[in-house]
Amino acid sequence: MTALRHETDADIGDATEVVDPVPGAGAPHLPQQPDLVQLLTPEGERVEHPEYPLDISDDELRGLYRDLALVRRWDVEATALQRQGELGIWASLLGQEAAQVGAGRALQDGDMAFPTYREHGVAWARGVDPLHVMSLFRGVDNGGWNPVERGFNLYTIVIGAQCLHATGYAMGVQRDGAENAVLAFLGDGATSQGEVNEAMIFAASFSAPVVFFCQNNQYAISVPLERQSKVPLYQRAAGFGFPGVRVDGNDVLAVLAVTRNALRAAREGQGPTFIEAFTYRMGAHTTSDDPTRYRLADEVEQWKLRDPIARLKAYLSRSGLADAAFFDGVEAEADQLAARIRSGTVDMPDPRPTDMFDAVYAEQTPHLAAQRAAFEAYQASFEGGEH
Amino acid sequence: MTQATGALRQFKLPDVGEGLTEGEILQWLVAVGDTVAVNQPLCEVETAKAAVELPSPYAGRVVELLFDAGTMVDVGTPIITIDTGEGSEAPGGDPAPEPGGTGLIGETNANGRTAVLVGYGPRNTEARRRPRRTGDAVAARATSPQPVLPEADYGSGTDRPPLLTTAPDARTKPVRHGGLEVGRQAEAHAVRDDAAPAAAVTPGRRGPRPLAKPPVRKYAKDCGVDLTQVAGTGPNGTITRADVDAFRTAAAAPAPALAVVPAGQGEQRIPIKGVRKHTAAAMVASAFTAPHVTEFLTVDVTRMMKLRRRLAERPELAGVKVSPLLFVAKALLLAAARHPMVNSSWDEGSQEIVVHGQVNLGIAAATPRGLVVPNIKDAGRLSLAELAGALAELTETARAGRTAPADMTGGTITITNVGVFGVDTGTPILNPGESAILAFGAIREMPWVHKGKVKPRQVTQLALSFDHRIIDGELGSRFLADVGALLADPGAALAF
Repeated sequence: MTALRHETDADIGDATEVVDPVPGAGAPHLPQQPDLVQLLTPEGERVEHPEYPLDISDDELRGLYRDLALVRRWDVEATALQRQGELGIWASLLGQEAAQVGAGRALQDGDMAFPTYREHGVAWARGVDPLHVMSLFRGVDNGGWNPVERGFNLYTIVIGAQCLHATGYAMGVQRDGAENAVLAFLGDGATSQGEVNEAMIFAASFSAPVVFFCQNNQYAISVPLERQSKVPLYQRAAGFGFPGVRVDGNDVLAVLAVTRNALRAAREGQGPTFIEAFTYRMGAHTTSDDPTRYRLADEVEQWKLRDPIARLKAYLSRSGLADAAFFDGVEAEADQLAARIRSGTVDMPDPRPTDMFDAVYAEQTPHLAAQRAAFEAYQASFEGGEH
Repeated sequence: MTQATGALRQFKLPDVGEGLTEGEILQWLVAVGDTVAVNQPLCEVETAKAAVELPSPYAGRVVELLFDAGTMVDVGTPIITIDTGEGSEAPGGDPAPEPGGTGLIGETNANGRTAVLVGYGPRNTEARRRPRRTGDAVAARATSPQPVLPEADYGSGTDRPPLLTTAPDARTKPVRHGGLEVGRQAEAHAVRDDAAPAAAVTPGRRGPRPLAKPPVRKYAKDCGVDLTQVAGTGPNGTITRADVDAFRTAAAAPAPALAVVPAGQGEQRIPIKGVRKHTAAAMVASAFTAPHVTEFLTVDVTRMMKLRRRLAERPELAGVKVSPLLFVAKALLLAAARHPMVNSSWDEGSQEIVVHGQVNLGIAAATPRGLVVPNIKDAGRLSLAELAGALAELTETARAGRTAPADMTGGTITITNVGVFGVDTGTPILNPGESAILAFGAIREMPWVHKGKVKPRQVTQLALSFDHRIIDGELGSRFLADVGALLADPGAALAF
């Protein structure tokens, strides 16, 4: 996991005030900027957007709330477990739940997602067992889920590398004649990476069915976006030749609507879309990071007022779609989930040193078998005493 | 997880970053006797990367805090004992240490299971000996308190691992044995005999890492041999397996190597923390950020000293100490009002020079804990009597160690009174973020040319260091000359 320290994850850019007023910059109310797609205000008011009508049932709305709450609880528990020495590291998604759940729930069966290392909310939406993510951060395996089965690739630690994988995969989908879409996740910092730009150029040239979903969480570790981009990120898409859209990343409904639209366009052969989900990383970059060294508490306080969960809760309660019993039930479920994650994590068996040979190829090769035998002999040499 | 021996659980300091080896306990958030819940913050720990709160892995009652706040603790060392009130295994977390197995990484526990290499980054120390999977499960307790090296275990001729054995309960004085890693801690004990657990001592950092291939390195580690003590005979001085064996043979030879270092002799290793650590960081930051220029001025302060006696009798100043420092402070404030640029800061981030206007006058104070620089807020507005009162209060508070953090931040210019130690002058280092600092030397009776004749006069030296990014030589000189003029002829204040 040490690679995490070297990355240049870039997330959201605080759209510089000069170029593009940020939604809600400087105020708890995020005054809606013309280009920002928002369907649910920070106060929990449902608003309409002409291009993004959202057809959603009451059950689905409650389901989204449950997703957000459970994913946050998971994140909190994982952070605590890291502080207790049970995880090597943890990359918190705190504050980005809506961006991830909205995007994850926009995917259909047969679609494929390529995550970074922070997409726990998408993993959740794709039905990945949280313990399979925890095992990666505990260092006992490389991620325990089957990417094909879940339509969710393994986490990629190298910044931006998954965009190439996603574009390549999408070009394969295209050649198979399948009607599926690919969703590539990236952060704001990754937009400065060469392979991300290469992936976008290839995607545009081949009209590949891929959507680039950028969570602009404002910081590439400690570097604010305005140091990486002179224009709002979504405007960069125009340079590659496909549409770019900025969505309120703390508004799960808007994210869902925008991502659904983009994925549908991809499936229909209209090529890529770049989505900039404008959000904020409420916690540290990872548990190894101390955000108080590079950003002001004041900024964090402002973003608290734009909390993705609070606004949906307000909307559900006010519109009578959910009552106290519902919210209590979700909370109890969250606590159960946390307990399961805790016990499941600390009880994980250690890997055997020879496990690393198992997943190199689907079938063992003679060369690999010989290496394994030699390694076993080497390991055994430490047990006897005289050697 | 091993079986617990009872309801007592210990929480070991985890590696909260990646590859950290130690952390300082800043403060405890719980006390002995408190009931804690899972994930309730127990303490705040500062590492090389961040200050973080550690949440409890257990629910129960706090039985013991194993280290005081302010202690530097090795990762992997138990820091708190919690009674979970259960007789059996509690969910999650490491078990309490038990005989024959300490739950150290990679170590075989009593039930034959090897502890997980999780949550602990690579360590610089090579202190941990991994016991063999077969044979006696004699565990090294390299980071546990009171490691002991009983002499009798050397060359005993048995087939047990011939190196470190420990007797967890023994309080025998640690001994040093060159070549054995435990010697590092024993060394620390030698100088801090009265100190609490050895693990509290910052691991010594020694020379470059000795050259050895990984299998040899591991072999040495398993044998408890410290490679820095072994002479290498391989290519480029590489240490070979044979070198390690030779060293072991020598170490096992009867007697000689066990030398006891009596307490109080030899070098002393003091953990860098607290005020010392803070001071060091501030001084380095200042010295290597602001280009310092220092100017000196020798001043005849005889008139000032006479005025001081007269003023001390005035009713306005009754009950306050009219010290030479008071005059220097007043002179500095008057001169700063005339030259506001000396009371300024360099703001690299915004590429601006901040001229403060208000003077928050810092006074460097020597306290039992070290140097602190509390400041008097808006000192320029104070009358002489108020300034005297503020100075007295500030120094008394500082010496009592009760200076509030707010009183130490926001300073804009500083005086350091080196004269009280009987020295003439110095080249002070700026308090970080400030642009000028004035050193005030001892006042001595000296031969001085006064009105054309050599007379004994009371003379002192002033030294002004300033940040040459902001303050040019001309401004610095004029400011220092004004301070000097006010001390030489306090009546000049009427003209300011």
